Amino acid sequence: MTQNPRNAEQVLITGATSGIARAIAGMYAKRGVGRLILAGRDTEALEQDAANLRTRHNAEVEVCKFDASQPETCGVLQNGLEQIDVAVLCHGVMLGNEQAITDPDAHRGMIAVNYTSYTLLAEKLAGIMIGASGGVIAVLSSVAGDRGRGTNYCYGATKAALTAYADGLRGRMHGTGVHVVTVKPGPVRTAMTAGMDGYEKMADPDQVAKQIVKAIDRRKDILYTPGKWRWIMAIIRAIPETIFKRLTI
Amino acid sequence: MRPTRQTLSGWGNHPRVPCAVYAPDRAARLSALVSQDVEHALIARGLGRSYGDAATNHDAGVVDCTGLDRFIAFDESTGTLTAEAGVSYADLIDVLLPRGWFPLVTPGTKFVTLGGAIAADVHGKNHHRDGSFNACVESFTLLTPTGELLDCSRGSNADVFWATLGGMGLTGFIQAATIKLRRVKSPYMNVTTTRVKNLDAMLDHFTKTDHDFTYSVAWIDCLAKGAALGRGVVLQGEHAEPESGRNTLPRKRSKTVPFDFPGFALNPLSVRAFNGLYYATHGSGAAREDINTYFYPLDTVHHWNRIYGRRGFVQYQPVFPQCDGDQGVRAVIEKLVDAKRSSFLAVLKQMGGHEAGPLGFPMKGLTLAVDLPRAPGIEAFLSELDRLVLEHGGRVYLAKDGSMSADTFRQMYPRLDEFKAVKERLDPQGVLSSDQSRRLGITEQA
Ligand SMILES: Cc1cc2nc3c(=O)[nH]c(=O)nc-3n(C[C@H](O)[C@H](O)[C@H](O)COP(=O)(O)OP(=O)(O)OC[C@H]3O[C@@H](n4cnc5c(N)ncnc54)[C@H](O)[C@@H]3O)c2cc1C
Ligand SMILES: NC(=O)c1ccc[n+]([C@@H]2O[C@H](COP(=O)([O-])OP(=O)(O)OC[C@H]3O[C@@H](n4cnc5c(N)ncnc54)[C@H](OP(=O)(O)O)[C@@H]3O)[C@@H](O)[C@H]2O)c1
Repeated sequence: MTQNPRNAEQVLITGATSGIARAIAGMYAKRGVGRLILAGRDTEALEQDAANLRTRHNAEVEVCKFDASQPETCGVLQNGLEQIDVAVLCHGVMLGNEQAITDPDAHRGMIAVNYTSYTLLAEKLAGIMIGASGGVIAVLSSVAGDRGRGTNYCYGATKAALTAYADGLRGRMHGTGVHVVTVKPGPVRTAMTAGMDGYEKMADPDQVAKQIVKAIDRRKDILYTPGKWRWIMAIIRAIPETIFKRLTI
Repeated sequence: MRPTRQTLSGWGNHPRVPCAVYAPDRAARLSALVSQDVEHALIARGLGRSYGDAATNHDAGVVDCTGLDRFIAFDESTGTLTAEAGVSYADLIDVLLPRGWFPLVTPGTKFVTLGGAIAADVHGKNHHRDGSFNACVESFTLLTPTGELLDCSRGSNADVFWATLGGMGLTGFIQAATIKLRRVKSPYMNVTTTRVKNLDAMLDHFTKTDHDFTYSVAWIDCLAKGAALGRGVVLQGEHAEPESGRNTLPRKRSKTVPFDFPGFALNPLSVRAFNGLYYATHGSGAAREDINTYFYPLDTVHHWNRIYGRRGFVQYQPVFPQCDGDQGVRAVIEKLVDAKRSSFLAVLKQMGGHEAGPLGFPMKGLTLAVDLPRAPGIEAFLSELDRLVLEHGGRVYLAKDGSMSADTFRQMYPRLDEFKAVKERLDPQGVLSSDQSRRLGITEQA
């Protein structure tokens, strides 16, 4: 591995069909990395994305089937990851509170996808990268994990767990050449948020992707994207609980 | 798939209507949406650059197709591109112009999708020579409202192919298309500019010189009267050879009009000043211009439509048959001058006689396009213009239309029944309709 993520040769992206991930993949393909692996469960769509990147940028792209709800299948991904310099983990699901509370299986599924699978994958990647003396793992968490909110706390809790995990892994990796970026996007216009209030005004996935790749290049620790969310969340975290619990946000 | 409630309009900013917007991010999700039981009408939308109500649906569904933005394949030896319908000209040019390829037919803005270009069968400055967009369309796949995916070309499902070209999204969702591009040697144009003193001279100039140029269009001073009526500047162009040192596109900073201008910003005086200045500053001569400056002069200012203020504006574009000479164009300009309806931008061009679908717009003759602010009385004025156009045997372009009556439309588009037969076969339940199609009586009122 080169110590500089700007010169990454091999890049893995999970949840690669996601709105944000597609924009990130486009940036790496344009940059011209030696090997780009798109991992996800909808391999038909991934093949279309791969063809797109090959046609546009003559990129070297591979597709890999990966279902994060089956943590044991995360193992499938491990073959061929020996050379990965940069991994961007983007898969995720968002269930409304209602559904999470009334459907325990679905709730467990969300936890498996948003949290458990991340830990299995990241540990594995970290181990490989230490051996190769370097690498960057970017983890797509969310501003929703910064504070439990009455309207969206089941999803928020999975992201809170993920944030704590990613921050901790970064600490453990310190000094090894392996770096972890905790990415906390605000609302972004993707399939996940379609139909929600204010959808048109949400951040553009391309803009968010640009900031994520830049944060990886610079080995940033924590990225709020768009940047204003750093300040918004600072305020939200500062509101005393006696008041916060009365707010319907 | 969950829709988002959004207020949409065409590029003319009027009317603004509430719609339920679906945004499939891949082809399979578009199919799933079409098979799912949606209880209201649906219409496809690209980048919303049609001026009127072709891509809006009051209290019904609009399917934003810009998420279908993948290139599928490109054959470098023939310049044949297969891409999803939501790919924009801007994107296509970004990727393929540096490799020496340019669209064979392009409208005056890059912010249109391939789907929108097919649905309106758009024309460019080379219509007199190459015809409209269909000339470069080899085939496309159409997802019909019954969920069938049809391969359409001149050789298979030919009636659907032609009905969809110019069919304003009413036959189905164009999923992907295969088009042929033009080989160009540089991103520059050689442009010949000629100042012409009136409409007679303009026609004469077109007749004598258009066949020597791939591209030709005239800007007209719509305020000049009498002997100077129809005076203007003809811009004729050819793709340029590479030149040492200048073979990449210059980087342009784009500007954005951040808010709607107040209604008085674009008054007859400012328009008169602009028109006069344009004529005065464009002498005759030859110059080398980059492709963006030549084809997309308005694109460097994002949301330029806001200069017309909240009330919005209309673009009115009729075409007149060759046998009418310049009579129809003359009549329209005279009416504009009489009514003191100033046009910021008026464009005149000669069209060729090429094959088109049942709702195709072009005919061999002259087409004029004028911008009009939505001042009071505009609706009545537009129907007077419609009457004039009918009298002269012309028709109005559906991609610009936002006001024609069903009766006028039927007279201007005599092949309507042919279109309807295809439409009804593909869409027996009447799933696809737009505000425009209901206004024009192509589909039934909800
Ligand atoms: C500045 C400017 C200059 C222009 N210059 C020209 C010109 O020179 N020549 C010309 O011909 N036109 C011109 N136009 C008009 C424009 O090219 C057309 O209106 C075009 O259709 C817009 O494409 P769009 O992607 O924005 O589609 P929209 O405006 O979003 O939709 C237009 C129509 O296409 C249909 N449609 C869109 N996508 C699909 C799909 N995937 N499947 C099925 N139907 C679909 C919609 O239902 C609708 O009926 C100009 C417009 C502007 C704003
Ligand atoms: N959009 C926002 O506002 C926002 C805000 C903060 C954080 N985030 C986070 O950003 C990441 C990307 O989200 P997005 O907004 O781009 O959403 P998206 O378009 O809905 O993408 C979600 C991705 O996760 C994948 N996925 C879901 N379940 C999976 C499973 N079991 N196995 C493998 N992949 C699975 C999806 O695959 P399929 O295509 O097969 O469904 C898709 O690729 C997510 O982690 C999300 O939580 C998003």
